[in-house]
Amino acid sequence: MLNIEVNGRKITAKEGDTILQALTRAGIKVPTLCYLEGMLPSGACRMCVVEVAGAPSLIPSCSFPAAEGMKIKTNTPQVLEARKTIVELLLSNHPDDCLYCIRGGDCDLQRLAKENGVRHRVFRGARTKRAKDVSSPALVRDPEKCILCGKCVRVCEEVQGVSAIDFIQRGSNTFIGTAYNSGLNVSSCINCGQCVLVCPTGALAERSYVDEVLKALNTPGKTVVVQHAPAVSVSIAEEFNMKPGTDIDGKMVAGLRRVGFKKVFDTSFTADLTIMEEGSELVKRATGGGVLPMFTSCSPGWIKFVEQFYPELIPNLSTCKSPQQMMGALIKTFFAQREKINPADIISVSIMPCTAKKFEAARPELGRDYASDVDYVLTTRELAELFRVTGVDPSALEPETPDTPFGERSGAGKIFGASGGVMEAAIRSAYFLITGSELKDYNIQELRGMKGCKELRVKAGKIELGAAVVSSLGQARKLIEEIKAGRSDLQFIEVMTCPGGCINGGGQPLRANMDAIKARMSALHQIDKDAPLRVSHKNTQVKRLYEEFLGAPLSHKSHELLHTHYTKRDVLR
Amino acid sequence: MTAKTKVDKVLEGHKFAKRDKLIPILQEIQTADGYISKEAVSKVAQHLSVPASKIYGVATFYNQFRFKPLGKYHVTVCRGTACHVKGSLSALKIAEDALKIKAGDTTRDGLFSIGVVVCMGACGLAPVVNINGEFHAKITGTKMKNLIDTLKTSEKANAK
Repeated sequence: MLNIEVNGRKITAKEGDTILQALTRAGIKVPTLCYLEGMLPSGACRMCVVEVAGAPSLIPSCSFPAAEGMKIKTNTPQVLEARKTIVELLLSNHPDDCLYCIRGGDCDLQRLAKENGVRHRVFRGARTKRAKDVSSPALVRDPEKCILCGKCVRVCEEVQGVSAIDFIQRGSNTFIGTAYNSGLNVSSCINCGQCVLVCPTGALAERSYVDEVLKALNTPGKTVVVQHAPAVSVSIAEEFNMKPGTDIDGKMVAGLRRVGFKKVFDTSFTADLTIMEEGSELVKRATGGGVLPMFTSCSPGWIKFVEQFYPELIPNLSTCKSPQQMMGALIKTFFAQREKINPADIISVSIMPCTAKKFEAARPELGRDYASDVDYVLTTRELAELFRVTGVDPSALEPETPDTPFGERSGAGKIFGASGGVMEAAIRSAYFLITGSELKDYNIQELRGMKGCKELRVKAGKIELGAAVVSSLGQARKLIEEIKAGRSDLQFIEVMTCPGGCINGGGQPLRANMDAIKARMSALHQIDKDAPLRVSHKNTQVKRLYEEFLGAPLSHKSHELLHTHYTKRDVLR
Repeated sequence: MTAKTKVDKVLEGHKFAKRDKLIPILQEIQTADGYISKEAVSKVAQHLSVPASKIYGVATFYNQFRFKPLGKYHVTVCRGTACHVKGSLSALKIAEDALKIKAGDTTRDGLFSIGVVVCMGACGLAPVVNINGEFHAKITGTKMKNLIDTLKTSEKANAK
């Protein structure tokens, strides 16, 4: 324990703490900008400076270790003036169009300007004109709004191991861009949107389709249906000032109907279907000498990652489409036939915690008859906007249930939204498929939690499988390198692109700290715990779908609608 | 295809190189190829296991690297202190206007490119311009224009 004095008060710090960590724990707020929770500090922005007795100049608290007997002052005139000047300088070449900015009212730079008492433009720097990058179907980059904090570059490199973007040129000409400053669409960007979550300004945002969806909802003759992903209902509440981890599943369904969607389907239903297909595929590969280890294929960022960085592993990817695309395929075939609607008159919208799903929906191999199975993908944030634009307050509505034939879900389908969930759901059903009896305990604690890599050995009858769960592609890359170096004890590997899984997806509400992410995760596990139905293979609507339409898992029809293949992708990497 | 083999040759000379060799490798590629092509960045990225965006970031940080092939005539304008005082900026502007490109670019027909250096070490002759290794001293606006025009007309004559 270290004793330090802050603003005349005594506090204690742990050995190895930075000043910022010690201050935060003691409840003393220091503004930060380039600081990223859980990652090494870069000390680039100098926003967190404090005065330390005896130090020749102000000290950035995020990157300076606390020491015994330190005397710190966090709000002397010198400190306040320095912080204010930093904001003023950042604003010197920042556009003034906050009213029209996607982050207006929700922007770290705006908040810092307000908190530090910046009331007018002090410096008038030359504005650099730079074109917006609108080439990606998932993300939009506006370099003019960029303040070069470097958070997106660090997340892309250190968390995801992708490094699609970096600092280009130098000095006042510096900007953040891809190799050869080409569009994101031809870069190695995997559309995960983790950069959007950390961007303090409007320089990075999802490509919004709210206008298109509103237009579709008001087009006569079109049947507009919607599906919502498991991780959306436990996070959208944050957009309406509720506590992180509040589940408003029913209220959200009610809200979607108020907005005007004809049918509301639950993507957790096709998550159950995914388990039936993927579980059967795993058993077939394990018993029939197929390519192992098998990787899950639900996370579209991961799929693109494999296509461009590890094309030799494409045979290891499960051929199952993601739950979103399975639902999309069923809506435009089974549902269209059942309701006697021309598939061309159905507009299929999905609500996802993910920006990469926008890219996935536009993949040509995942559509039919030259049209996409899923027409528009909205992120959780965009759904909140849709609710606000249409004057729907989900918190005030009575909960409703989703529509048949794709409305029933198991707890197993719901935990798809958290890292480890797909594996847990798959083990529950694979155990039944192999042994014919149910697992004694459905809760598999080893696979839960925020750890980047979790492993487990599963025994079911005569089959023993090594299972691993990784979240974030940096972790995935580590595991792949181990496997390429000869590791062979793993047969089934779940990969989620975002750290912690979809609950921390690139389309989720902004400014969620680690506690909020954990709250979302435990909310999903609570829903699973309380669910009357906890295994995918007992979902009666899934069973009916097989009886009436698909036949059996891995049948010809299933292959046609629910499976796909991927090919090597050439990008500048 | 020749460009590719040149890059390969450079990389062969750095078989077990790590990322600290990035700048020497880029310099050798530029010497061999005249510029850093997309293919070169991609190959160096694979060779050193460094992302392409990082290599482009490093290469754009330094003035010495070009990303477009050199022209048949490479015009280097000295922008050192002595040359600046003697009016090299206007010489550069005149070259840029005459060729309708900016420094660092190459004309579409591939005939001319313009480069800028900080000092050529011939301050007594300021302002200095170098075209394909040949020095031209005490450049004025008219001299610059004449140099380019002469090259252009001789090229036109050759084309016929």
